[in-house]
Order: sequence, then structure tokens, then C-alpha cells
Amino acid sequence: MREELKLSAVRKYLMALSGLFLCLFLVGHLVGNLQLLETSYEARLQFNSYAVFMNKSPFIKVLSLLTYASVALHAFIGLALYWKNRKVRPVRYYYNDPGASSSWYSRNMPLLGILVLGFLLFHLSDFWYSYKFGETPYMRTQDGKGVILENGHAAYGVEVREGVAYAGDMPVGRVMKDLYQEVVQTFSEPVAVFVYLLGLGALGFHLLHGFQSAFQSLGLMCGSYARLIRLFGTVFAISVPLVFALIPVYVFFRSLMGGG
Amino acid sequence: MESMRFKLKIWRQKDRNSPGKMVDYEVSGISPDNSFLEMLDILNFNLIKRGEEPVAFDSDCREGICGTCGLYINGRAHGPGKGMTTCQLHMRMFKNGQTIYVEPWRAKPFPVIKDLVVDRSAFDRIMAAGGYISVDTIGNPPDADTILIPKQDADRAFDAATCIGCGACVATCKNASATLFVAAKVSHLALLPQGRLEAKRRVKNMLLQMEREGFGSCSNIGACQVECPKEISLENIARMNRELLKAILSPHSDD
Repeated sequence: MREELKLSAVRKYLMALSGLFLCLFLVGHLVGNLQLLETSYEARLQFNSYAVFMNKSPFIKVLSLLTYASVALHAFIGLALYWKNRKVRPVRYYYNDPGASSSWYSRNMPLLGILVLGFLLFHLSDFWYSYKFGETPYMRTQDGKGVILENGHAAYGVEVREGVAYAGDMPVGRVMKDLYQEVVQTFSEPVAVFVYLLGLGALGFHLLHGFQSAFQSLGLMCGSYARLIRLFGTVFAISVPLVFALIPVYVFFRSLMGGG
Repeated sequence: MESMRFKLKIWRQKDRNSPGKMVDYEVSGISPDNSFLEMLDILNFNLIKRGEEPVAFDSDCREGICGTCGLYINGRAHGPGKGMTTCQLHMRMFKNGQTIYVEPWRAKPFPVIKDLVVDRSAFDRIMAAGGYISVDTIGNPPDADTILIPKQDADRAFDAATCIGCGACVATCKNASATLFVAAKVSHLALLPQGRLEAKRRVKNMLLQMEREGFGSCSNIGACQVECPKEISLENIARMNRELLKAILSPHSDD
């Protein structure tokens, strides 16, 4: 391999590209999740059908693989560089005032990144795992007497075994899962809401430095671009986690009021 | 004129291989118009009179252009104040009676030689790896207008060229990275037509040498730009990253 490809600056290109790809993922994920702010039965059905689509579509499958790969690459390079950089100052300053020249969050990107990764694993075990393998309830018809199949049809008088509806011994199709209800249940717990706010807070500060840092690594923070990127990055880093946070907070207060 | 006194906590280290420690000193009769180095001169004068070993520190021009001085004062490279070297720092920037911490640059590639003096020859080796251009020196010097250079490029190149290689960027960087130093050198030459000849080779070789010397990587924190006495901007690092991208995307590894 060409020696220069091992340079930290080259690894930072990959770090920047994977980070920016994950920023795009955040936007997509946020737009999809905004469906959770509606309360009607139709909205619930729509969100659950959206979840079926996200699980079935081959295009989404490719995107999700790219997303997992980006998370792994971003975390791996970040931690490897952090590990290497730990050794550069064997004798530490007796008295140091780093706050005079830089922000705390820019100096603590590895820590914020680990918090975000921990939050991601918690989030996945919360929803992704239970949706795929766990206890997510089945989506029932509005009158509560039948179930909704993944193709959107209602099925009455069927027996559900391991996610498949049977009329007698005849399988009629897989049953849609009620992820919407699962989310509402999770966010009625104050502890879960608190963990989500904490995770999103860490994400916000990670983005506040990370967004513009990615453009700097790619060599684009220059001249007239710099101000625009800095401004856009700040707006992005504040607004995206804030709107995400709106969902658990809104659902929590709705559950307090006794709503669905 | 007002006379000032200070409590000093200074890093004393006998040589490269000895462990150092912070030692307390007191100094009085300091004028607010004394530079930081003059204050240390007065301390050393007193130490010598008392028969003690004076504090070793680097200095040369004492007018902010040579890059020889460099002390970590109260937790900051070249102390408080913006865009100045340690020799340009005056005691009026401190409060009378204040405790002042004085330490050397701390980084694995900058080993302490004695007290506050560090070995910055790693920078020389980075320069030797590519911080030069090849020019024809035979015959008469060419006319200045044979190669036209846009004024903006000349200005940006000059801004980068004001780097005095003092090492404040390394000292203040959480990763002890020399990226701002290398970026200043790469930018300075990349912006000028005379520097384009070796542009691809230069950026690769200088960065490789930087890593070989044991400097850390850049986290784009930007403390270097704040503490740089010559206010070299992060834009130079962005430019270097573009230069490196061009170099690694080149199909010829021997470019």
C-alpha cells in the first residue's frame, strides 16, 4: 500500500465522509419519525406501514447497511486516533487552561462519540431488537376485534402464531407489528425520556463540532464557504437533536394527559 | 513608576533524562513595562547573586519575529494575549502579586533539554522533508515580473509564510499535533507557481515526517489558530487537506 494512505489526515477523510453520511441518515430518520407526533388511528396505521416498508424495501436495506458500516468505520477510526493521540504528551501540563482557546465539546469528541454510540445501542435494543425479535404487540383493527396484516388488509377470526395469521391451518399472511404503540409505551416512562434527552444532547454537541470539522478535514472550510458551513452546521447541530427530542417529550406529556 | 511583585512556579529540570518539578520563586521590583523575558532575566540575576542555578529559557531576537522563545504561561502557549510571542508579553498584563505558572512546551517530539528549553529539531526534519522549492541559481536573477502571481495568492502565501516555527500550535494542541505548522509551510509554497513543482510530494512527505516524529493528528479543535503568535489561520489546514487529496488521488504514487 502507498505509505501516504496511512496518514491520519487520510483517515480523517473517511471519518468526515462517514460522519456526513450519518448526518444525512439523521435527516431521513427524523422526517420518518415525525409521523409519531400524530395521534389518530390512521396516523398509527400509516407509521406502522412505514415501518413494514422500511423493513422490506431492498433500497432501504442497502441504505441501512451503509449506515451500519459508517457507524462502525467512524467509531473505529475515531477511537484508533484517540488511542494514538493519548501518547503524545507523556508529561502533562502542571497548570493548563485549554478553555481559553477552544470549546469543551471540540476537545471531548471521543467521549461525546462514545455517549452517542451507547445511546445508539440502547435505542436499537429498545426498538429495533424488540421489533425484529421481541415483544412488539400486533397491530389491531380499529374495533379491536381483528388484526392488520403487513399488506394493509384487515383479518378477522384468525389465530396468530409467531407473527403469521392463520385461518384454521391456512396461513393468510404476516401480521403488522404495532411499533407506534411500542414507542408510546416506552416514552411514557420518565427514565426512558431522560436517557433519550441525554443521548440527543450528546449528539447535538458532537454535531456542533463534527459537522464543520468534517468540511475542514475535506478541505472545504475556506474563504466564503467557511462562514456558510459554520452557520449551517450550527443550525443543523441544534435543530436536528431538538426536533428529535420533541418526540419523546411530546409523547410523554400526552401520556400524562391520558391520551393514546 | 509602580513596582510589581510576583509569585512564580517554574518547571525545573536538570537535563533530558532527569524528572523535573515545579519550583516556587518570588520576584519583586518588576516594572509593568518589563517584558516577560526581562522579568525572568531579573529573577536569574537574583538567583546568580544568591549562587543558585539560573532558570534556562530560550530567546533570541526579543522582538517577536524569530520564534525562539516559547513558554507555557498560566496554562497558555505564550501566555495571555493574542497574536504575541512570549518576548512581546509584558508584565502589565498580569495582576500585581499574581501567581504565574511557567512551563516548557510539552510534547513527546519536543523533549526538554533543560528547565524551559525544549528540542524543536523535529520541525527542522519536517522542513527538510519537503519545505523547500527547487530554483535555478545560475546566472542573473530573473525579473520579478517573469512569473505573474495574482495579488490575492501572494497575500495568502505571505500570511502563511509569517509562521516562525515557534511550536505554540503543538504546545497548545490537545493532540500535540504540528498540523498548523506543516499547513503553513505547505500552503505558503502551494499558493505560488514556484512551489507547484513539488506540491504533491511536499504535502505527503512533510505529513509523513510529522507522524514519524511522533506528533499527534489534527482534531480540527482550532486552539492552535487562537494561540499562534502570527495568527496563522485554520484555512491553511483546509488548503493542505485539499493538497493532500490531490496527491493521494493522483494515479502516480511517485508524483
